[in-house]
Amino acid sequence: MAGLDVRGLSVSLYTRGGVLPALSEVSLSVQPGRTLALVGESGCGKSMTALAIMRLLPEPPARIIAGQVMLGDTDLAALPERRMLGVRGKAVSMIFQDPMSSLNPVVPVGQQIMEVLRRHENLSGRAARTRAAELLTLVGIPDAEARLAEYPHRLSGGMCQRVMIAIAIACRPAVLVADEPTTALDVTVQAQILELLKRLQAETGMALLLITHDLGVVAEMADEVAVMYAGRVVEQGPVDAIFAAPLHPYTRGLLGATPSGGTAGRHTRLADIPGSVPSLAELPAGCAFAPRCPLAHAACTAQPPLTTLAPQHLAACFAALGVPAHAA
Amino acid sequence: MAVATPGLFRRFARNRAALLGLIILIAVIALALAAPTLYPRNPLRIVGPAELWPLQDPRFPLGTDSIGRNIAAIIAHGARATLLIGLFASLTATLIGVTIGSVAAWFGGWVDELLMRFTEMFQVVPGLVFVLTIVSILGGTVQNITIAVGVVSWTGIARLTRAEFLTLRDREFVQACRAMGMPDWRIVLAEVLPNALPPVIVLSSLAVASAILFESAVSFLGLGDPQVASWGRLVGEGRTLIRSSWYISAVPGVAIMLMVLALNLIGDGLNDALNPKLRNR
Repeated sequence: MAGLDVRGLSVSLYTRGGVLPALSEVSLSVQPGRTLALVGESGCGKSMTALAIMRLLPEPPARIIAGQVMLGDTDLAALPERRMLGVRGKAVSMIFQDPMSSLNPVVPVGQQIMEVLRRHENLSGRAARTRAAELLTLVGIPDAEARLAEYPHRLSGGMCQRVMIAIAIACRPAVLVADEPTTALDVTVQAQILELLKRLQAETGMALLLITHDLGVVAEMADEVAVMYAGRVVEQGPVDAIFAAPLHPYTRGLLGATPSGGTAGRHTRLADIPGSVPSLAELPAGCAFAPRCPLAHAACTAQPPLTTLAPQHLAACFAALGVPAHAA
Repeated sequence: MAVATPGLFRRFARNRAALLGLIILIAVIALALAAPTLYPRNPLRIVGPAELWPLQDPRFPLGTDSIGRNIAAIIAHGARATLLIGLFASLTATLIGVTIGSVAAWFGGWVDELLMRFTEMFQVVPGLVFVLTIVSILGGTVQNITIAVGVVSWTGIARLTRAEFLTLRDREFVQACRAMGMPDWRIVLAEVLPNALPPVIVLSSLAVASAILFESAVSFLGLGDPQVASWGRLVGEGRTLIRSSWYISAVPGVAIMLMVLALNLIGDGLNDALNPKLRNR
């Protein structure tokens, strides 16, 4: 099975106000059977990355202007749309944040699962039905045969997400992109869905790209972590290294702002990051985090390169690199 | 069809008025189907004395018109023309409207612009004038009236379909369908259309009523097919005798009114029954 290798992916938004850099040189890679968590605040480009990988960006205004999305030897970013139809849902699948609205409200869930089997596996009629019931059982829905005829509004959020997962894994994809799969769910259900994803990953060996802003989920699920800020990957590394020794001040800020996360004691005040993510139209020159960064100095008006600072641990920060202010 | 969930009829029947409308419609359909059996001869044939009031002669329960034709026979046979024109004109309008509305909304941009300006071009022409123009050019056959009425009735359906599609197009499930590799045409037909249909079906059922009124107006003005029994034509022919034998106009007039009322009630009932927000009440 092939992993996913995103190389230097850049996406621009062509708006009336000008060309905005939504993603800049994003590079990620997920190996089969591994989980990469993509974390960051809202608006930092996590979902944009997922949509770019799936080639589901709203075009216009968005357009991939550079980079490759390698799945094995195929560059998905360069594939014509007609070929891409055969990839989506087959080799690369995606699940979304709100399972209730991701299912068609007027079509029974069984039909929605069978649709993907018909499309990619050439199954029809009874065979598709049987396989759909198997899939529902696989994702932990009891009495699967009867549930096939159920409409989405009759199922709970957790059940709907299980159905979405059943659809996503129906064709045993090499890569599953999960865009905040548990954000809309109750905490107890969240844990069940994460367990389910882990189990399915262990069974099928798929690569999982998990998008989340919940560092608890990251600690639970991820092997590697990529932290994004304003459309760039600012830190990337093994999950233990990121939690134990974060290099980028933004990552440190995220960990500090998480209740009972990282090394924070029980009664310490949560440290917030002052300010908010700059809008794409008003990105400062150089490091986009500099205006909010406690360590910012004169060198930060240039773009810091993503540099390997520890084994497999990369960060894009002059302060972490040890560049003194006068060097710029 | 996805909208036909079990319990659709129960939800429909909860609206008593809608049920009444359905009963009237079924009665008219039965009358139309039974017409060749009840009155096997040409209904436009003179069969009795002129201007015989209703309930005077058991052979002519609804009386006879100015030249002695059986009004009951004309009503029964007229129901056929009325239903056929209403149904097919509405089907034509729905087909055109849904196609144009969905294409406009789905592709957006200049396609949307172009199709909506085209729709507005049709909207600014008064419907009846448009129908009369088409009918007077092509001739007043049943087919021509049907097509003419269909061609003037689709604009509302197109705009409604477009509005529905615009709200559905950006919903997450459409994105999810894309993510599972469904091509656009399949998403439009199998996923978006069933969601957009309920209000469109309601409007189509109301379009049947307005089509019947169009047909009646055309026939009333004497532009319909003279070989076909029609309610509207009988109203028109009776108007010269409105002072003495008003029933000649009144009987088909009441028939038209009942039919249109029934269809409007059904439309209301369908609206309630198909509205997903009221579904779990």
